[in-house]
Amino acid sequence: MTTNTRETPQGDMVRFGLFTVVILAMPIWLMPFGAAYPDLMQKFAIYGLFAIGFNILFGLTGYLSFGHAAFLGVGSYTAVWSFKLLGMNPIPALLLAVVMSGAFAWLIGFISLRRTGIYFSILTLAFAQMSYNLAYSVLTPITNGETGLRVLNSDPRVLDHMMGAGEVDGPLVTNLFGMEMSGLPGFYFCAVWLLIGMYISFRIFRSPFGLMLRAIKTNQTRLNYTGISTRPYAQTAFVISGMYAGLAGALLCVTDPLAGAERMQWTASGEVVLMTILGGAGTLLGPMLGAGIIKYSENIFSAFNEQALHEIFAFLPDGIEAAVVSVAGLFVGEGWHLTLGLLFMLIVIFLPGGVIEGGQRISAAVTRLRGGGSGGSSTQPQPAE
Amino acid sequence: MDAILLQILNGLDKGGAYALIALGLTLVFGTLGVVNFAHGALFMLGAFCAVSVNQFIGLEQVRLDPDNLTPWGTPVEIREPYIVSWLGDTGHLLLDYSVPVSILAAIPVMILIGFIMERGLIQFFYKRPHAEQILVTFGLAIVLQEIIKTWFGANPLPQSPPDAMRTAADIGVLVGFDPGQIVYPYWRLIYFLFSALVIGGVFAFLQLTTFGMVVRAGMADRETVGLLGIDIEKRFTLVFGLAAVVAGLAGVMYTPILPPDYHMGMDFLVLSFVVVVVGGMGSLPGAVAAGFLLGILQSFASMTEVKSILPGIDQIIIYLVAVVILLVRPRGLMGRKGVMEG
Repeated sequence: MTTNTRETPQGDMVRFGLFTVVILAMPIWLMPFGAAYPDLMQKFAIYGLFAIGFNILFGLTGYLSFGHAAFLGVGSYTAVWSFKLLGMNPIPALLLAVVMSGAFAWLIGFISLRRTGIYFSILTLAFAQMSYNLAYSVLTPITNGETGLRVLNSDPRVLDHMMGAGEVDGPLVTNLFGMEMSGLPGFYFCAVWLLIGMYISFRIFRSPFGLMLRAIKTNQTRLNYTGISTRPYAQTAFVISGMYAGLAGALLCVTDPLAGAERMQWTASGEVVLMTILGGAGTLLGPMLGAGIIKYSENIFSAFNEQALHEIFAFLPDGIEAAVVSVAGLFVGEGWHLTLGLLFMLIVIFLPGGVIEGGQRISAAVTRLRGGGSGGSSTQPQPAE
Repeated sequence: MDAILLQILNGLDKGGAYALIALGLTLVFGTLGVVNFAHGALFMLGAFCAVSVNQFIGLEQVRLDPDNLTPWGTPVEIREPYIVSWLGDTGHLLLDYSVPVSILAAIPVMILIGFIMERGLIQFFYKRPHAEQILVTFGLAIVLQEIIKTWFGANPLPQSPPDAMRTAADIGVLVGFDPGQIVYPYWRLIYFLFSALVIGGVFAFLQLTTFGMVVRAGMADRETVGLLGIDIEKRFTLVFGLAAVVAGLAGVMYTPILPPDYHMGMDFLVLSFVVVVVGGMGSLPGAVAAGFLLGILQSFASMTEVKSILPGIDQIIIYLVAVVILLVRPRGLMGRKGVMEG
């Protein structure tokens, strides 16, 4: 096995250090891709965090939850309420959001985890739909229904007033002790949380607890026969991943203090599943990679319009050009969801192990072609677990 | 008493739709062992069959009438559906009855769609884990609904029932209530009868034909049926087609009740999965019973009297029932032992 050389604590620290550098240097190396503006990088960090948390549940235990968007929504609403009542400082908002979504996840996990397999998926989906319906109807006093919850100048914001920063002209922006959480500082704020989340995920993957979660995925029945109750482990994993989702939801509100119920829709739950699978479920870096790819392509694809397409395919003869543009037009702009659905199917059909596994396969093939049958640890460039 | 009866009636049509979708889901799951998240999309495709048939036979020809002039001095346009100018009164009748007529078109279309789906995609997923089946059909559902969205637009397209069935029946009189107490739209009554008919047909097909016997045997023990030399794969394709037709017909007939839009499939799918779970995975009678039960419960929860005590209960009653059932009786109402327990 090559794994024992690669899974040393020192190796992990090196890898985590590399990851930190890559994340913090994003504004530099994303420049050539045209993705180095803060709004998009904030999305990378936030959805990366969401997917990393989801991976702790799905990647390790194999429980496929279709309701994680509900926790994202709970986190968002809690954060905005914290802005409204306490003030625009993001720290209490994040803490409250993590606690609230954790409690919510505990409750839903407590019920859903009584079943496994598809029953579990259906139950979580049902709970997410239920939260979505409630947020639109009865809970309107809390969620502000279709309009979405936003911070108003007339809100109490107790802490802000105590600090003497109560009266603000213009739109309210979250600020960390005077530093406004928009633009590049906003990205670095999210990036720090992403790194914290990533570090915790590293530790969980290497801990006995993580090993137990993996055992649940491999063979739950056998674990039960050995006299181990798997429920508490799965429950803990569920709550942890719910907290990650809540944190991600709160960060979304830190960068833009507005919470809407559409964040809890099943498509949002499906998106995080896709991110995790695309990158590689059960791998450390896969979910982050998947989130980056999805958000990047969403950004690229939805920005295209007819005009841009005509420019791209201008080199083709007229008749063919018109046909190509009309076909390609289905997949860009408003049609981004169609692309997403197709991508979803293609990934599941051809590459269920995700990009990371694809990379490993390619590198293994390259090694074999070179005739180096050693297959040693040194020839494995992929930092997957 | 009359209020209770009225709510039961109100729940029947929705319950019928749930039962029909859940029936197909259970059939596919029981025989093929596949969890089909695209089943709601089949329901939606059925509804849009009705829309297309309506649009197709409603195609109008425009003639200019040179004798009549509008105030602007241009000839008056006379719009007349082609079908009326060709067939006269029969054409009018066809236009009026476009929803029931769509059934004829929907059956072959849905069989075709079912076959393409099963042969083109689902058959490669029999041996793969449930999680991957869920994910790939989920992706398919997104693709289908986005295609419908680009073709038909995002707005609901209301369809009308035939004129003769647009009114409501005063069925309370039949059972001895005063007139005007229990009034029920004809179309909902027809939907209930139609769903009962389809459900009866499916059960008769499974119970009385040799093919149905093989399918039932396959649900009980797929491997043994295969060992007996029966080409089970070929029958699976047919079963999938059957499930697609059932879901499609449920969608066609539902269009006058709920104007179809592109995301109606997903809305119904989530509820139908809950129905299947409540009824018991793999149990056909369970799916039907739970479908009607939950439909009726939902209509009771929408009563203003109930809503004033428990606001919002109509939005979540189905999920609450599912939670209680799963906690008290994890196998579902009529679930068989050993089918997807865990």
